[in-house]
This record gives sequence, C-alpha cells and structure tokens, in this order.
Amino acid sequence: MKRIMRLKFKNIISIVCVFTLLLSVLLSSACRPKNSESIILAGSTSVQPFAEILAEQFMALHPEINIDVQGGGSAAGILAANSSTADIGMSSRALNTDESKTLIAVEIARDGLAVIVHPSNPIVNLTLAQVSAIYSGEITSWDALGDAMKKKIHVVTREDGSGTRSAFESLVMGKVAIMPQAIVQDSNGAVRQLVADDPAAIGFISLGLVDLTVKAIELDGIQATREHVIDGSYRLTRPFLFLTRTQPEGTAKLFIDFTLSTEGRRILNNEGLITMGDVPQK
Amino acid sequence: MKKFGERVPQSFFLVVALSAFSILALITVFIFIEGVPIIAKVGFFNFVFGMKWAPSQGYYGIFPMIVGSLSVTLGAVIIGVPVAICCSIFLAEFAPVKLRNLIRPAIQLLGGIPSVVYGFWGLIFIVPAIRNYLGGPGLSILAGSIILAIMILPTVISIAEVSMLALPPLLKEGAFALGATHWQTIRSVLLPSARSGILAGIILGVGRAVGETMAVIMVLGNAVALPTSILDPARTLTTNIGIEMGYASGEHQQALFATGIVLLVIIMILNAGAQYAVRRK
Repeated sequence: MKRIMRLKFKNIISIVCVFTLLLSVLLSSACRPKNSESIILAGSTSVQPFAEILAEQFMALHPEINIDVQGGGSAAGILAANSSTADIGMSSRALNTDESKTLIAVEIARDGLAVIVHPSNPIVNLTLAQVSAIYSGEITSWDALGDAMKKKIHVVTREDGSGTRSAFESLVMGKVAIMPQAIVQDSNGAVRQLVADDPAAIGFISLGLVDLTVKAIELDGIQATREHVIDGSYRLTRPFLFLTRTQPEGTAKLFIDFTLSTEGRRILNNEGLITMGDVPQK
Repeated sequence: MKKFGERVPQSFFLVVALSAFSILALITVFIFIEGVPIIAKVGFFNFVFGMKWAPSQGYYGIFPMIVGSLSVTLGAVIIGVPVAICCSIFLAEFAPVKLRNLIRPAIQLLGGIPSVVYGFWGLIFIVPAIRNYLGGPGLSILAGSIILAIMILPTVISIAEVSMLALPPLLKEGAFALGATHWQTIRSVLLPSARSGILAGIILGVGRAVGETMAVIMVLGNAVALPTSILDPARTLTTNIGIEMGYASGEHQQALFATGIVLLVIIMILNAGAQYAVRRK
C-alpha cells in the first residue's frame, strides 16, 4: 500500500498513457483482416443484407475467397466503385446519366415498396399524392380520405439513413419532408408489427415482407404484387445494382456470375426480392 | 526494501486497476474525437438547441431528444420513486423476516431481467393497453415511463433500504422513548435522517433511466418532434444512437457520437450529484 502511495502522480499518468496506447494498438491490430484473395463490396445498406447472404453462400463454395461486404449507402457505393476503393459498388437506386457514363451496372434484383395499413382499415386505394400528403402531415385524419372511422392517422416511418426510407422519400415524397411527428421504427419487421397492431396506423415495408397481418393498399388503382412490379405498372420499385468501373473480371466477375446464376436468383427470391430472370428485358 | 514476493502482486494489481481506468480514458477520448468535429461544424448552440434532426439533409438538432430523455425520466421518477420508497420502508421497518427474505431476492431478480425483455413485455402489454384505453398510437412517453419506472425500482429500493437500515438504532429508540408511534418515528425521524442515502438512490435510478436504450426503443415510438402530451411518441438521446447507428456513416455517425457526448455529460453530472448527496450527511 505504502509503495503505491509513494508512486508519483507523474508516473501514474505515464502508465495510463502507455496502457491506453497499448490497448489501441491491440484493438487496431485485431481489426486487420487476414491475407487471402478477397474482394470488397460497399454501398447501399438495403442491398447489404442480401449481398451478405450471397457472399456467405459463395464463400462456402469457394473457401479460398474472402468477400467483405460493407455498408455506407448508395451514394458511397457509387463513389467507391468510381474510385475503385471497392471492387463492386452496391446501389439501391437507378444511376443518373452522368453516373451511368463511367460505371457498368448489373441489376441483380428489384424490390417493391408496399404501403400497408391494418387489415380492418376499409381503405383499399390511395393516390401517390394522398400518401405523400399523409406523410407530410397535410392529411391527419382517416375521415379526410373517405373513411367513416374518425381516427387520427398514426404515421409510421423508418429511421433517417435507412435505404427503405430514402427510396420512399424519392419515389413518393419528392422534395417534401416526412413530418417529424411520425413514429420511427428501425426495421421492416417492427413497422409491420406496429401496423398489424394499430387500426389507425400506416407504414411502408419491402413488398416481400407483406403478410396476412397487414394490408397492402393499391396505389393509383394498381395492386402491389410481384407481377405488377415485373410488368412495371406498380410504381414504387427500385433496382438493386452491382456497380463496377470496368467490365468485371476475376473474382468480382465470379461473384456477379454467381449472383445472376439460378442458385443466386433462388437465394434472392427466397429473401423476398424480385430477380432479373422474371423481369422482361427491354 | 520489501520482499520480491510482496512487490509482484502489488504491481500486478496496480496494472489491472490502471487498465480499467485506461479503458475509460480510451472510450472517452474516442467519443470526443469522433463527436467534437460535428459539434464544431454545426455550432454548439445549433446542435444542443436545434429543433430539426434530419441527418440526410444536414440538420443536426438534438433538442427534441433532450426533452424526450428528460420527460421520460421524469415520468419514471414520478411513477417509480413513491413505489420504491414505500417498498423500502416496508422492507426496512415492517416486513417480517420471512417475507423480507422473499421480497428482497425478488427485487434483486427484477434488476437482473434483461432490458429487451422489459421492452418486449411493454410492447405486447402496455402499448396496446394505452392505445385502447387512453388513445393515441400507444407508443408513447407514458409507456416508456412505466417501463423505466419498473426498471429503476431495484436500484432505488435497495439503496433506500440500506440507508435506512444503516441509521444508528439510537434514533429509533430515542423516538420510541419520547412516546412516538412507529409511523411517527418513520415519518419524522428515520426518513429525514436517511434522506441523503435515499436521494443518492433516486439519482442512481435516474442515471439508469437516462442511459437505458433497448427497452425504450421498443415502446417510445422514436419520433423526433417535441412531444405535446404524455401520449405522444418521443425519442431519447440513447435511442437516437441505438436506432440510427446501423445505417449511419460520415457526418451522421459523428453526430451520433456527439449525441453520446451530451449523454456522457448528463450521466457524469448525475453521478457527481449522487456522490455529493451521499457525502453531505
């Protein structure tokens, strides 16, 4: 005890510093990946979970290859593909004309967005403008939409940064902002659960996740179904893209080929996406 | 000079103790390195008192979340503390030994239930009850306050009970000798004497409530607007980090670390308050 007391304050500070340094060195070295043949996928967080499943299956077939799937968002994915910091960029929105000049895009699947309400809700059809007005806070009550139920609409949205939210914003809201009073849930499943429980709620989720507990409403008279996504009549869809700077080759080509193969398409279909094979080529 | 066999364990324990301290230093430094740039960019005032949170559009105002954290915590204190104090009085003064030996471990067990279980229970039972009987979406400040009130019970009860049991028996004997009844003794002698300990327990409970994340994410609704009633959804500082960290990158991620700084400062103030309350006898 006395000995510890005799340690000067300076000494203690220097020991703390040394330890902090040591810990940070340990942490950073632990994070460094192993050396093996590896490619990096980066970008859209909506595509990320599907890419991870694909990568897992792919690595089971090719144990010598390591695939690193990172998030960051579509914008980051496009940037990463352009600067070649990632071998494959991921985007959950179509490229604009400038971007498509420098990048090669492979559509791996399409995703539909369904606007959902409680099964007891008598409303079956809304226009896109009405949905936008509900989410901006302009329409606040169900009776304004012709429903006798004079209830306040409980608007449910996703958190800022979510790919599903940004797709909804660009496809439905345009320049208008989603009102801050909207309830925020952090996953498709949580939104569905909430809408299934609350007769006055409205939400949006990936089309593949719609089940009997909720009702997907028609938009401008078009039902939200896989068929309508495939024929292009249902408007709330977005492409999932793999982006490369040059024609894909080597490991990147191998992975993209796997994604587009029957096996890859089967995986994506099982996860609720609508794959290229079903989509008529233009 | 001490023997070698004495010095080795001594320095070993010193090293272990300091490594715990180093981890705290490391985390704090890291949070500040990540978070301070965005506060500097947005401006401290705009960050803490800004009303609009929309990271994708470059708005970083966390005031609605500070209000959310404070109102949910206040609600938890209003609901939980009276129950906790009554419970601790019963345990310390009235309970027969057998009953005390049953209730005390039960309360400790309450503290051991994972917060996600509380949140799930709240989502399945409390939220629909509020929606059906009181109106609104159910996900609300009230639901969060009820859950947090239950979660802070073990902390407040055990500290309040211990501080009452720790009072010198002379106090009670003196009061009885003066002819006071048991309840009079508790009300005017024991409770005032144990005040600082009870206060420390409440402050630690508040710290727990402010820091709780998972249960609150599930029942609070997470809307980023100033709540106008206890039936409105709200977002706290912790849930802001919890709900958005999955997709955050760049400035958005920094803003979440900056939220963490504000949270850290609030918790530090609360802990300092608890220490002060305990020392001031």
